[in-house]
Amino acid sequence: MGLFDFLRAKPKHTASIAKERLRIIVAQERTARGTPDYLPMLRRELLEVIRKYVNVDFEAVKVDLIKEGDHDVLDISVSLPDKGQLNAMPAAG
Amino acid sequence: MVSVIPTAPVTNTVAIKPERKNLAEVIVVTSGKGGVGKTTTSASLACGLARHGKKVVVIDFDVGLRNLDLIMGCERRVVYDFVNVINNECNLRQALIKDKRFDNLFVLAASQTRDKDALTKEGVEKILNDLGDDGFEYIVCDSPAGIEKGAFLAMYFADRAVVVVNPEVSSVRDSDRILGLLSSKTRRAERGERVKEHLLLTRYSPKRVESGDMLSIKDVQEILGLDVVGVIPEAPEVLQSSNSGEPVILDMNSQAGQAYDDAVARLLGEKRPLRFTTVEKKGFFAKLFGG
Repeated sequence: MGLFDFLRAKPKHTASIAKERLRIIVAQERTARGTPDYLPMLRRELLEVIRKYVNVDFEAVKVDLIKEGDHDVLDISVSLPDKGQLNAMPAAG
Repeated sequence: MVSVIPTAPVTNTVAIKPERKNLAEVIVVTSGKGGVGKTTTSASLACGLARHGKKVVVIDFDVGLRNLDLIMGCERRVVYDFVNVINNECNLRQALIKDKRFDNLFVLAASQTRDKDALTKEGVEKILNDLGDDGFEYIVCDSPAGIEKGAFLAMYFADRAVVVVNPEVSSVRDSDRILGLLSSKTRRAERGERVKEHLLLTRYSPKRVESGDMLSIKDVQEILGLDVVGVIPEAPEVLQSSNSGEPVILDMNSQAGQAYDDAVARLLGEKRPLRFTTVEKKGFFAKLFGG
């Protein structure tokens, strides 16, 4: 700290930004832990197939493994875009 | 003719081995991210435990990138290494390098081989068991960065883990990944037990925390959900110590040395308040002239 500190740019409080970003990513990665390794790959390939026919976002495909009693259920959900966007789609090839 | 030569495989002897009396406590120093201070921490914890009179060995698991020997100041005395012992090219005692400062402290250097498969789970287990039989009380495992084989083997047999973290986003995230591995890919986890995990913050700058530029101890604790075993302030002596091969804990005039000493005491169960974690108040003249 010196006499001319006031001339320096006011520091941004980036620690709180770091904390918030970490909180979100760490929580997300913790839920992904313990699920089979193939899920992200499966999701990516499904997305590619679906995209051949429907123009969906990356977020539109959800692949989860749900525990039901003593067996696991692979839960795949795809949310389709609304009508307007659907019409603007290129023909499936 | 029936052969009468006894050819019992060596592995069978494990089952008939008598129960060991002295089980060494295995502490892994790990982090995921590189360059956060794992080796500095391993060296200082090992010296600190030895200073408390414990019989300690510190093992470098970073095969191909040996460095613990430099930090411990014994690089010119490495003859045999960890992989030589595993491959039966020497015995354990030949490979243990006795520290010049403490009679009860030994270093086991990593091999400089490029063969990533040089370490095996069985080989590591045998060495750890033999060290326990030899009366070692603490085995400090200096993990390599990353989550590859060396890091996996360094943590696999651990009873405790010291997770070294810098107050910085990539280090915190990688540490959480390591915590996930500690709770699933260790022998304790496989047996349904837990590895006792401790958080050790390094390169901490109270001044930057106060100005809102650095994650605080509380922030990191909240994100990772771990107890703090030590907070090492950013200090010039850390570099000076590695330059001279004298672990910083031996420099009790430095804040970093004292902070490591506190961490060792806490590992041994002592309660000590955190030090050097707030900005030291300066006098009027120091403030005025930026001293």
